[in-house]
Amino acid sequence: MSDHHPTGFTRWLYTTNHKDIGSMYLWFSFIMFLIGGAMAMVIRAELYQPGLQFVDPNFFNQMTTMHGLIMVFGAVMPSMVGLANWLIPMMIGAPDMALPRMNNWSFWILPFAFTLLLSSLFMEGGAPNFGWTFYAPLSTTFGPPSTDFFILGVHMMGISSIMGAINVIVTVFNMRAPGMTLMKMPLFVWTWLITAFLLIMVMPVLAGTVTMMLTDRHFGTSFFDAAGGGDPVMFQHIFWFFGHPEVYIMILPAFGVVSEIIPTFSRKKLFGYSSMVYATASIALLSFIVWAHHMFAVGMPVAGELFFMIATMLIAVPTGVKVFNWVATMWQGALTFETPMLFSIAFVILFTIGGFSGVMLAMAPVDFQYHDTYFVVAHFHYVLFPGAIFGTTAAVYYWLPKWAGKMYNETAGKIHFWLSMIFVNLTFFPMHFSGLAGMPRRIPDYNMMFADFNMWASIGAFGLGLTQVYFLVIVLLTLKNGKTAEQKQWEGASGLEWDAMPSPAPYHTFSTPPKID
Amino acid sequence: MTEQTQQESNKKLVWRLVGIIGGMFVFAFALIPLYNVFCDITGINGKTRGQALYQDVKIDKKRVVTIEFLTNINRGMPWQFESRVKSMEVHPGELNEVRFYAKNRSKFDIIGQSVPSVSPGEAALYLNKTECFCFDQQRLVAGEEIEMPMKFYIDADLPEDISRLTLSYQLFNVTESVNAATEATK
Repeated sequence: MSDHHPTGFTRWLYTTNHKDIGSMYLWFSFIMFLIGGAMAMVIRAELYQPGLQFVDPNFFNQMTTMHGLIMVFGAVMPSMVGLANWLIPMMIGAPDMALPRMNNWSFWILPFAFTLLLSSLFMEGGAPNFGWTFYAPLSTTFGPPSTDFFILGVHMMGISSIMGAINVIVTVFNMRAPGMTLMKMPLFVWTWLITAFLLIMVMPVLAGTVTMMLTDRHFGTSFFDAAGGGDPVMFQHIFWFFGHPEVYIMILPAFGVVSEIIPTFSRKKLFGYSSMVYATASIALLSFIVWAHHMFAVGMPVAGELFFMIATMLIAVPTGVKVFNWVATMWQGALTFETPMLFSIAFVILFTIGGFSGVMLAMAPVDFQYHDTYFVVAHFHYVLFPGAIFGTTAAVYYWLPKWAGKMYNETAGKIHFWLSMIFVNLTFFPMHFSGLAGMPRRIPDYNMMFADFNMWASIGAFGLGLTQVYFLVIVLLTLKNGKTAEQKQWEGASGLEWDAMPSPAPYHTFSTPPKID
Repeated sequence: MTEQTQQESNKKLVWRLVGIIGGMFVFAFALIPLYNVFCDITGINGKTRGQALYQDVKIDKKRVVTIEFLTNINRGMPWQFESRVKSMEVHPGELNEVRFYAKNRSKFDIIGQSVPSVSPGEAALYLNKTECFCFDQQRLVAGEEIEMPMKFYIDADLPEDISRLTLSYQLFNVTESVNAATEATK
């Protein structure tokens, strides 16, 4: 009875099954994605025209803050943990994650953390309004009372991601099937292993930062208060020590996903497997010594600016290796363009655009012009939406036949892809121009000269938002009456999850470890 | 691996990882003294050092450096605060005095604390203060005014490319936190 499982609500509440927990993570992150997306719609509606139309500036600031927090901590990070839960045990031939009860706990913290955070919207004084980077003294001296709910919420989601990371590391180190050496692991497992190490290194620093905020606000310390001998710039140093590795936490698993998908639909092995592993590790290591490139404008000495500029540009080298390898994998391959492949190719192209604008931002002298403008907004949305989100979307299309045993409608998937592709560019490309022309970020009103760019971006954003609702419809229809999927749905696929189990994957897999040659 | 040894090696690895996590949490707090030490050695934060002594200082009569004084009032600080001179031309090594004026224009007793900052930041290492009101806090009763001296000299080793520097004072109202601290120690 390998497929027996409990039923009802308690199945989900008590489950220690990695597949159940993976599904819950994915659904949770999608709900958060829609909530954070709704906030983006408020932002874009307000910015559709110059002047103040729909919301007052304070509420606008709450929207930009909450949109950022929800998308980073509620949508992208849990979706990656969801993929890890589903895929890592199946890919390395383990029966489950190493610490299944902690796995349950780390998921069930999240709904409470985000209830706390979202409840602040309904409080007197409103939700946090200082931007997702919560710079002191905006968040300490001037933060609304609900800032304490934000602090507690960040603590809880931090604990959740730390436990998720511990689980991944222990699973990968101790639960691999005999014969599954580290350098035989699928690249998705590698990127997640490295991500997990980043998480346990920097999430505690974030916890420390919000703890300092809390004591500054209530217990008379002056970590970030100049009057008491502290330093507000110190906040930025500590925050970005967490913040920069954090952006790689959000993208590395997506690197892993496309490294699985592109070889499948190119019908070739991944080009340069070991160089991919080393490139990922180099990106992770470099991410610890580049944090101050977020703060070029605080008045650093020239030597500091030079160091952080050069270190940042160095990251383009391992990233270039990865992009080269993806392209080389496709080179002379027998390519077909199913939905996951389309999303993966778009990932490579659009992420590279985001990488290029990143190199531009890395140059300290010109960063003074770009700093805090829409150019920055364009840059990080190009690496996050067509990067992290397209990566996750590609993963869902690619593994849905394995997870659910049902095949999505290919035409619907392609429509979803093309609409996303058009709208994501319509939304974020004009922001490069308005940013270069000097439009500052996080403002509800702007100069007339930016009107056209903003109108285009808003139209794109509404389309992009609706398209993601269409994605929900596609997934629901697939689960309800999709065609039955084959064990190996994709002709060129390889890996234990396709070779060693039927579709849908049984509730319990690899109770006896598979043989690996 | 048997179930038993699996459990044990899991436990061992988890505790190691928890150790790293605890270490990184402590590291976040350790970053503050680490940065302060780093900035103190390199002088890159524009923070001046504590009280200096004026002894055996070599005077460079050939060089003239302009120093400007800026005063700022922080939010919730109802004082008037300004320097008596806006800028001075000094020779490196010479001991100079500037007087600052402060007046409590409110109806309450207020404690003020000024925090200095030097620009360009690397000049902070060469600006030595033998006497400064910023070393202490000032308590002014309602309506009280005060003239505060500040004595300084610029080290003759000041890099050649710096010919003008700015010393800025930000004045903070620390009444509440000082009172809270004295309450706590009572």
